[in-house]
Amino acid sequence: MTIQKRNLRRKYISIITPILFIVVTFYSLTYGPVSISLAEIWHVFFQDGESIHQKIIIDVRLPRVIIGILVGGCLAASGALLQGVMKNPLADPGIIGVSSGAGLAAIITMVLLPQYSFLLPIAAFIGALITSLAIYVLAWDRGTSPVKIILAGVAINALLGAVMNGIMVVYSERVQAVLPWLAGGLTGRGWFHLEFMAPYAIISIILSFFAIKPANLLLLGDDSAKLLGQKVEVQRFLLIILASLLAGVAVSVAGLVGFVGLVVPHIIRILVGDDYTFLLPFSIVSGAILVVFADTVARSWFDPIELPVGILLACLGAPFFLILLRKRRIL
Amino acid sequence: MKAIQTKGISLKIDKFQLDNISLSIPSRKITSIVGPNGSGKSTLLKIISRLVTANDGTVYVQNKNAKNYKTKEFAKTIAMLPQSKDMLPNVTVRELISFGREPYKHFLSNRLNEEDEEIIDAAMKMTKTTKHENRLFYSLSGGEQQKVRIAMALAQKTDILLLDEPTTFLDIAHQYDLMELLQQINEKYNMTIIMVLHELQQAAAYSHYMIAMKHGNIIECGVPEKLLSTKFLHDVYEIDARILFEDGFPLIIPKTRRKQNDYCNEHN
Repeated sequence: MTIQKRNLRRKYISIITPILFIVVTFYSLTYGPVSISLAEIWHVFFQDGESIHQKIIIDVRLPRVIIGILVGGCLAASGALLQGVMKNPLADPGIIGVSSGAGLAAIITMVLLPQYSFLLPIAAFIGALITSLAIYVLAWDRGTSPVKIILAGVAINALLGAVMNGIMVVYSERVQAVLPWLAGGLTGRGWFHLEFMAPYAIISIILSFFAIKPANLLLLGDDSAKLLGQKVEVQRFLLIILASLLAGVAVSVAGLVGFVGLVVPHIIRILVGDDYTFLLPFSIVSGAILVVFADTVARSWFDPIELPVGILLACLGAPFFLILLRKRRIL
Repeated sequence: MKAIQTKGISLKIDKFQLDNISLSIPSRKITSIVGPNGSGKSTLLKIISRLVTANDGTVYVQNKNAKNYKTKEFAKTIAMLPQSKDMLPNVTVRELISFGREPYKHFLSNRLNEEDEEIIDAAMKMTKTTKHENRLFYSLSGGEQQKVRIAMALAQKTDILLLDEPTTFLDIAHQYDLMELLQQINEKYNMTIIMVLHELQQAAAYSHYMIAMKHGNIIECGVPEKLLSTKFLHDVYEIDARILFEDGFPLIIPKTRRKQNDYCNEHN
């Protein structure tokens, strides 16, 4: 890639992504089993619209769209930061135990303690954070390195995965309730969930912008960053906790939505380069666009069935990702 | 003044051991650390640059205990090009060199001020990389990439520059180009340059002072002309060879077990 090409791409993407974001948001608000025109949306927001439409927009679609935006943004930011911290393009929130930790907590809550199932988002969030911390502590031996963290992550993920499967086999009759959460989706998510996640999501996205500089410096490698006067271990720890917070808050509400954290930052990196000043904001907006769009498709195209977003994202995104890799001769 | 002094540096990692290293490295000179593979040259450099912590002993940087430097203060005193070719981000040459200004920036601030820009310009001019400033790092050749890394270290504006095998992987023309550049940097900025080198002839030709290591110990130190001898090659590298100086440039001629004539006769 030449510098002219890179700069041109950055320019295009900075124009295209905000436009796409607005288009997809309105598409998601208007489209569904009940179609609502843009004019009607205007009425709902600024005048008195039809009460049924008002109910659909305000009570159902709007919180779901906002949750989709936050989930997509958080997952993509988390993946972008982790790929830098781990110096590994295959890093995603799963690698620091967010999926397995949140997954296990969710299964325990829904299968073993169903009377507390309303606490699922909080349980999943705490499960994700505790697992990330445990992986970091296990990888510590007079310092950490990306490889140590990845290996500790693989081991912990395998262990928690086995416990999850064990619980599901023993309590197979209760598994039904947890399956949609495991597949990832926004079905039935409303203001309650939004109120829970919004403060954490917004704060962590804001914090992620403060991570741009340390993330850029860690790209130089541990030694070079240390030689430039950086406290590498402290920065890596804080970035991992931030990534875990970002992904944890997303999966706590949306379940195990995979793919976004891995592929969105990867694609954006190919397009705009390694600099987090561009990579992070573009990833956040693209993640939001992707999740909101996929959720709209998942809930409306296959009516009356509603597909889990996680499944749809993989079906839509994987071929696109493969084509991109092929085109760039990476694969 | 001594740029670096070490007193009783010891480090043990598995079977490898640095054993009670005490040395002085002169200020404003070029010093080469030579010795066979596994002699502890790179480890010593890493201890000096605080990338590795010794089990025992003290390093003094400009007469101050290295441990007493604050992280950023240390980065304003010593710059280093590590041996490991870390996968650097694929940013432009100018963007990469500007990382060298990091020790001078405030926490989280990403802005470069006018002085920073001037220093970056000067570093590029010195290393003759100005013409590549808007090219992406990985579109450059190995030799040019190495110059850019040196420019990044120069942008740190330190008194001391450490280099770990800077000429490895470069062809002979780029090797000499780089050594000439280091010599110019030393002369222009009065910078103390300390480098680990494999190529003994290069080390002798471009250094004011040499340190020879073997099995984690310092074997000999001194100016190249006095240091290099048949005995030196035997003691340090365990080879039999003669040394001739041609215009101050050493030629090492190995005494091969089989003479060239024998080889020719066999193949005729």
